[in-house]
Parts: sequence; structure tokens; C-alpha cells
Amino acid sequence: MSDAPHPVVLEVEGLTVEFQQTDLPMVRAVVDVDFTLREGQVLGLVGESGCGKTTLALSLLRLLPGNGRIVGGRVGYLGRDLLDLSENEMTAIRWRHIAMVFQGAMNALNPVRTVGDQIAEAIRRHLPRVSSQEMDGMVRRLLDTVGINPARRNNYPHQYSGGMRQRAVIAMALACTPTILIADEPTTALDVMIQAQILRLLMELKAKLGLALILVTHDLGVVAEMCDHVLVMYGGVVAEVGTVEDIFNQPRHPYTQALLKAFPDISRPAERMEAIPGTPPRLDPPPPGCRFADRCSAVMPRCRVDEPPEYIVRPGHRARCYLVEGG
Amino acid sequence: MLREGQGRGFDGRGYLAPGYEFVSRPGTLPMAGAKDRVRRTRPQLSGRASFLVRRLAWAVFTVAFVIVLNFFLFRVLPGDPARAGVRDPRLTAEAVEAIRVRFGLDKPVINCFESLNPLRLGSCLVNPMETQFFRYVANLLRGDLGLSYHTNRPVNVMLGEALGNTLLLIGLGQILAIVFGVGLGVIAAWKARTRMDYSALLFSLVVWSLPTFWLGILLLFWGSRVGLPIGGMYTYGATFDSPLEALADLLRHLFLPTLTFTLVFLGEYMLLMRSTLVEVLSEDFILTAKAKGLSTFQILKDHALRNAMLPMITIIAINLGFTVAGAIQIETVFSWPGLGGAIYRAVERRDYPMLQGAFLLIAVTVILANFLADVLYAQLDPRVRAE
Amino acid sequence: MTVDAVAGRPARGGFVRRLGRNRTALIGLIMLSGAIIMAVFAAWLAPYDPYASQTVSIGQIYQPPSPQHPFGTDDAGEDVLSNFIYGSRVSLTVGFFASFISIAIGGVIGISSGYLGGRTENVLMRFTDIMLVIPELPLAIVLVALTKPSLLNIIFVIGVLGWTSTARLVRAQTLSVKERKFVTRARAIGASDRYIVSRHILVLVLPLLVANTVLVISLAVLNESTLSFLGLSDPTVVSWGQMLNYALSRGAMSTGAWWALVAPGLGIVWVVLGCTLLGHGLERILNPRLDSHHLGSTAGMVAPAAERHPPAQPVR
Repeated sequence: MSDAPHPVVLEVEGLTVEFQQTDLPMVRAVVDVDFTLREGQVLGLVGESGCGKTTLALSLLRLLPGNGRIVGGRVGYLGRDLLDLSENEMTAIRWRHIAMVFQGAMNALNPVRTVGDQIAEAIRRHLPRVSSQEMDGMVRRLLDTVGINPARRNNYPHQYSGGMRQRAVIAMALACTPTILIADEPTTALDVMIQAQILRLLMELKAKLGLALILVTHDLGVVAEMCDHVLVMYGGVVAEVGTVEDIFNQPRHPYTQALLKAFPDISRPAERMEAIPGTPPRLDPPPPGCRFADRCSAVMPRCRVDEPPEYIVRPGHRARCYLVEGG
Repeated sequence: MLREGQGRGFDGRGYLAPGYEFVSRPGTLPMAGAKDRVRRTRPQLSGRASFLVRRLAWAVFTVAFVIVLNFFLFRVLPGDPARAGVRDPRLTAEAVEAIRVRFGLDKPVINCFESLNPLRLGSCLVNPMETQFFRYVANLLRGDLGLSYHTNRPVNVMLGEALGNTLLLIGLGQILAIVFGVGLGVIAAWKARTRMDYSALLFSLVVWSLPTFWLGILLLFWGSRVGLPIGGMYTYGATFDSPLEALADLLRHLFLPTLTFTLVFLGEYMLLMRSTLVEVLSEDFILTAKAKGLSTFQILKDHALRNAMLPMITIIAINLGFTVAGAIQIETVFSWPGLGGAIYRAVERRDYPMLQGAFLLIAVTVILANFLADVLYAQLDPRVRAE
Repeated sequence: MTVDAVAGRPARGGFVRRLGRNRTALIGLIMLSGAIIMAVFAAWLAPYDPYASQTVSIGQIYQPPSPQHPFGTDDAGEDVLSNFIYGSRVSLTVGFFASFISIAIGGVIGISSGYLGGRTENVLMRFTDIMLVIPELPLAIVLVALTKPSLLNIIFVIGVLGWTSTARLVRAQTLSVKERKFVTRARAIGASDRYIVSRHILVLVLPLLVANTVLVISLAVLNESTLSFLGLSDPTVVSWGQMLNYALSRGAMSTGAWWALVAPGLGIVWVVLGCTLLGHGLERILNPRLDSHHLGSTAGMVAPAAERHPPAQPVR
């Protein structure tokens, strides 16, 4: 990596998202999340199921379901707050600048249209001046990039294997050469060989295209392999954020530490895995104080009263825990 | 990639040759080099063709079932068809017997089935070709449905006339119902859970709960106050100066029954389209389309509707059974000379050949329509199409 | 990633509470109960007895509504209101009994084909397919026309032709329950088929079956009214369909006697709509669907800037 920091492509400040459920109290699924993403960097969004990482990813593109609402914060892209845009203006940003590969990409393709057609649709939407011949060439090149035989662009999704569909969806996401690619659990439900293929592909694309990548996952192995920065979420808040070295070598938040302990380390096969006791917190309403207090091995009485703010461990490394206070 | 084997069925580089496939025996793995592990791929029908062949076979089987059912219903159920066909109780026994011979009712019904003899159905000593059943099927294959007890005209001719009239009524009504029903359904689905949606739902439920014949009666009542004709297809005994006048007269008679028909099915199609579309719109690929930056209109047009129309077509075809039921009621109320009216009059007059013929025709039409829907579906759904 | 998973679960709560909250089901229940009460207490509610023989003068035919005859009189000079009240008996009786037959047949076929699988399922499902394709009303007409017109025949015919939706529903539900772990475990500890079906499968099938039953009842009532309108019912019994038959064929239209045409139909609609609302409401309660999709309104998704950036920000 060069010495000069890469330009910032996405700056998220204080992002807060609520869900209104019928007859149930309102849930704050994401609270006060800050992070910065630079060109060519990979940010890992880590946390257990239900911690809000998918919601966070969806709100960057304003694709929340009907009862979701972004009630606070700012999503800075190219100097503009995406949250200030009208829906119409937002449709121009989607895919062209920020693209997303959803969880369960097998179903992300329309079964009654050809794969090539759906990729071309994205191109047609954002690059209207491309001729149909050029477009065909682009589709073929995209498929080739992800390792699919371009001659198969007129096949239907059901004629592709699961791994191929995943790759096709990635190809589709790159159709308009976006600046940022958000990949939500791109390898869950795929077998290990395909997982490795996909991850390798993403790294290649990052290197070749200077893509900034947000990788949402619960797999720490993937994070260690691919990410430059890591954001650990718990119960909708940022528990800890820092570079991958910071997080793996000097985790300061008890949740991060517990996560690392829960993950099997191949270099220490004889070590016991420790599960994190307890269950994820209910967020309607959230418990007072720190959201991790009930499951924390280092919990103090103070933790149950006030939610800790984010403390700075080192420049670029923050943790939301009273244990960090004072350094 | 592992080299898979050598010899027959493998190409020069060791991979499986085209036209061959692995044979796996339970408990073993295909192993490289094992020469009894490959075989030539058996020729198979493409996906779509095999689907259609299966559906055609099923349709034919169902038609055969209906033919048999139709025949036995009219023989097994109480009531002597011969006597029923002749309403005059003063007929002598010889006259009744003569009628029975004429209509072939003196022959045994079917061959064998001695155990059913209490109903005096058949005897194995009889030439099977002489049985009523055989004669019935033979006539059927020739298109002969017998003579009406009431008018003595051939049933197939009478039904043919009636069929045309019914198709006119149903065709127009269904097209309108589909167009408006689907349109309203799309809007309701798009605006799901809003007030517009809920009122449309309520409207559909209420219309669905109205008996078809009662809706017809109400409209007829209103129509009679407003000067519309109270029944029939043409003004009785009228002569027309020009075909345009005749058409105008037809349209005036067609208006109320068609309106009834359309209203009855409008609600149903709206409900169907709405639920189908809501399901489609919650699929993942719709979210992907939205993430691609497409507008709502584009997503509806290029993604959602194509997917939603597939099950709709199947359901519309299956609905044809209900269409027939609706036609019977409407034709009765409006005295429309169609197939439904024919069934009603046949019941009133105990005109069994007409009843039998009409029922068969209606059932076969529905089965045929279902098969056509399968054909259409195979054409449209790429998952069924040939590779 | 379904919309449901992200958007949250639907309201929880006991069944009765959910029933209370579901207006559709409640209204349907009230309507249906009203009709049942009217049928049961017909003798007390009806001002006249339609089965008593009366002598009638011409002047009493098709009289408009009046204090003595709130619904007017019909083609035979009889009180329409009394006929209307008594007519509910036939519709409801036939409706309930016919649907019992349908539910019984459909339930047995559904559970057998779902649970036993294999050849049984194949044969039963093929048979169901045939029944689905053969149009119901023409066959009902043929069957009733060939036998003598009586309530029993109508009940039997409607019942025997109306089980297909139940069979499919029960089969689908049985299949899904069969796959669940506790069934496998029950078999592993040696539970007999009968035990599994009665203790486990039935319990989970029953709620959906109840919702389906109500809808089947509504169809049965519609069918009964249609058949009696076509003159295929017992002529000695007063029924709504038959009232309409007489009214139509005996000049109510030309006389302008709208009361004879409207009242019986309203009765049918009342019962059928009640069943429909109740059935749909029940189905919603048992299978709560969110009905929300990805193309919903985006208007409220982002709060306005003032809300997002409140003036006083805590400094970190």
C-alpha cells in the first residue's frame, strides 16, 4: 500500500435506523454508526445475526423495507449527503456508484429472464448511450472476468450452478464500474471451494479496478484474509472499529475478544472454542447501559447504567467500552 | 480437474466424452478408468416436450374418464330413460318397447360385470360390440350424440348452435373481466396495505359473495326499468334492414349479461392478481432490480408482471370450470340461447340426450382449455422449456 | 433475506386476542351468528307460518312492503319476510351438512395422501386432479336431475363435489408437518402411525382446516341457492334460491315487485359474505402475511434533515 492515504469515498456519521413494527414498540436496529471508507480498501462488517449489519448495508443505498426509517446521521459520498437526495436522484446513484451483492444471491436473479439480459439492463439504465453491440461486448467481458463462459449469457439462471449464479451477480454488480461494492455474506451457503474462488475473485477485482469493498460477514476467517479495516457491531451499535491488525491482535472490546476466542484457530487446534453465553439482546426497547452487559465477562455495575461512548484506543482504533477509558 | 478415465466413453484428454454419462451404482463411486462406469446417454425428450406429452396424456385420460362417467351416470341412476323420454303415461307397453329398441336401450349396457347384474347391466354371452356402451362410444367418435327427446333434432347440431352463442357471451365477458381485473389487481398490489387496497379488497369480497344469478336478476330488473331488453339474444320476430341494425340489436341484448359476467369475474381476477403480484414483489430479485436503480414502473413492467402472469394464466384456465357455472346461471336468467341455457332447459324437460351431450361438451371444453393453458405455460416459463 | 426477516415479525398474542383485533373475522362472525340465530328461532321471529295452508285472494299477490308485510308479499300472496326467515334454515342446513361431507372427504384424502405418500398419494392426487377439472355445477345439475329432488340429495351432491380445496390444503399442511423433526423422533421411538397422525399432525392441520371449512360452507350455500334457483331443490321446502326462482318465473319483474327479488338474494349474500369475511379473517390470523413488498412507498424512509441533525450534538 502506498504511503499517501487513498481518497475517502464514503463517510458515514451517526447513522441511526429505526423499524416500526405493528403493535410492537419501535426498534432501533442501528444506532450512531460512524466509519470511513477509502478507495481500494476493504471494510469488514462483522457481528452475529441480527446485530444490524445487513440493515446498515441496506440503508447506505436506502433500500430498507417499508417499516424502516433512517432517523439520524449522514452518508457522505462525493461530498454530498446521500440522505438528502430525492428518491429519483438516488436511483441514479444506485448501482452506478454504489452496487450491492445481496445475501442469498441465488435468488437475486429473475428466473424468467436471461442472465445476459439482466446484466445488460443495468448497463442500459445507467449508460444509455452504449450501443447494443458494445453492450453485448461488455456483458461478455463481465462474465469472462468472473470466470463464466461468455457464451452462456443467454442462459437462464436455473441453468447455472449456485456458485455460477453468485459470480454472475457479482458480474452484474460491476456492470457500471461502481466505486463501492457492498457484499452481504457473499459466501454463505456456498461450499468451501467456491467460497475460496469468490473471495479470490473479489480481491482480484479490488486490485484491478480500485474498488472499495464493504464485506458484511460473520466469518472472521474471511475478515482476516481480505479486510483492511474491521467494524464489529453488536446489538446495533459499533462495538469496536480499527484496522485488521488492531482488531485481531489487540482487541479491546470484550465482545471482539469473545468473538475471536469463539473462532477456531487452525494454528492452535488443541485450544478449546468458547461460545459466548447468552442470546442477542432484544432491542425493543434496548437494555439500559451497554448492550453487551448481560453477556460480558468483564461487566461492571456502571455498564448497566449508561451506555459507554466510543473511546479512542489509538488513531483509527475505537472501542465502545468503559475498560478502554483512560487508555 | 481430475482425469476421469480412459477408453470407451472418454476423449483423448481423459474427460467424459459428449454423449456419454456416468452410471453410478449404489455404494460405489465412479472411478477413473473403470470401463463399466459409462454408458451412452439415453435419448430423452427435451424438458418442454416431455412436459407437454405428459399433460396431453393426462388430458386424454381425463376425457376418457368423463366419457365413461357420463355414460354410466345416465344408466345407473334411477329412472327409466325410455319412459322418461316419453311423457305420455298412456303409452302401451309395446310402444314403450318400440321406443327402447329405437334408442338402442334394449341392448345390454356393457359386457360381463355379472356382479352388477342386480341392475341388469350385462351378460358375458353378448357380443361386446352390441352393448350400449360400445355403441355409445362408437357414436361419440363419429360425433353423433343422439337425438333430443324434446325436439328430435340431433343433439350435436343443437349444441353446436348453443356453443357459438355461449362463446360470444363468455368471450367478451372474460376479456373485459381479465383486462379490468388484472389492471385493478396490479394497482391494488402496488398500493398494498393502503386504503385504496383495502377498499378494493372489500369490493372484491362482496362481489364474490353475490350469487351470480342474483346479480343477473338485479341488473335485469334495473335494465327493464331503463328500456333494455329482458332476455334472449335477438328481439323476437324482428326483421332488420341492415346488418348494422342487427348488430345493434344483438349488442343491446348482450349488454346486461356481459355486464353481469364481467362483474362476477372482475372481483375474482383482481384478488388473484393482487395476491400473486404481492408474492412476486417480495422476491429477492425485485430488491435487486430496485438496487440497480430501476424505477418502480420499470420494475413492474420488466420484472414483476412477467413473473406474475405465469401463475395467473394457469389459474385463469382452471377458472374456466367456474366460467361455465357462471354461464349457466346467466343464460338462465337472461334466457340466452347458449350451452348453459341448453342444460337448464334439458333439465326442465328431462331431455336426457341433450343433458348428457351438453355435460360432455362442457367437460371436454374445460379439459381442453386446461391443456391449452399448459401449452401456453410451457411456452412462457423458461424453466419448463427445452435446454 | 426475506422482507419479513428484516422488517420484523408480525404482532404476537393469543389466538382469541388476535381474533378480537381482526375486524374482518369479527364482522363475519357476527353476520354468520345472526343468520344462525334467525334460522334457529324462525318460528318465533316469523310473523306468519309459510307452511300453514292459507287461502289467498288475487289482491294479495305482490303487495309492496307494508306494516303487515314488512317485506311485501310474493306471487302466492305469502309474506316474504316469513319466507325469508324460514328460508335461512334450508340454506344453513344444507350449507353446514354438505360442507361436513366435503371436509370429511377432503380431510381424509388430504391426510392419507400427505402422510402415506408413494402410490397412495399418486392415485389420490390424480383423482383430485380429475375432480378439479370436471366442472362442478353441470355435474351437480346432472346428478340432481337424475335423482329425485330432495334436500338429502342436494346435501349429498354438493358435499361430494366440494372437497378438492380441502384435500389440497390438508395434504400440503400434512406434508410440511411430516417433515418436521418431532415427527421423525416420534417414529424413532416407535410411535404408531395412528398416534402420530392424531396427536401431532391433526393438531397442526386443524386450525387451517377450520378456516377452510368456513370458506367451504360459503361455497356450499352458494351452490345450494343456485341449485334451488334452477328448480332442482325440494319444492315443498322454502329456500332463498327457490323464492327467487318463483319470483323470476312468475312475473315479479314485470310487476315491479322488487321486494320479492331483493330480499332472498340479500339473505344469501348475508350468509355467504359472513362466511367469507370470517374465513379470510381466520386465514389471516393463522397465516399472518405481511403483504409488504419491495416496491412499497419510499416516502418515509429517510427522516428530514432537521430530524437527522438535531442542533445539539454531544461532543465526543
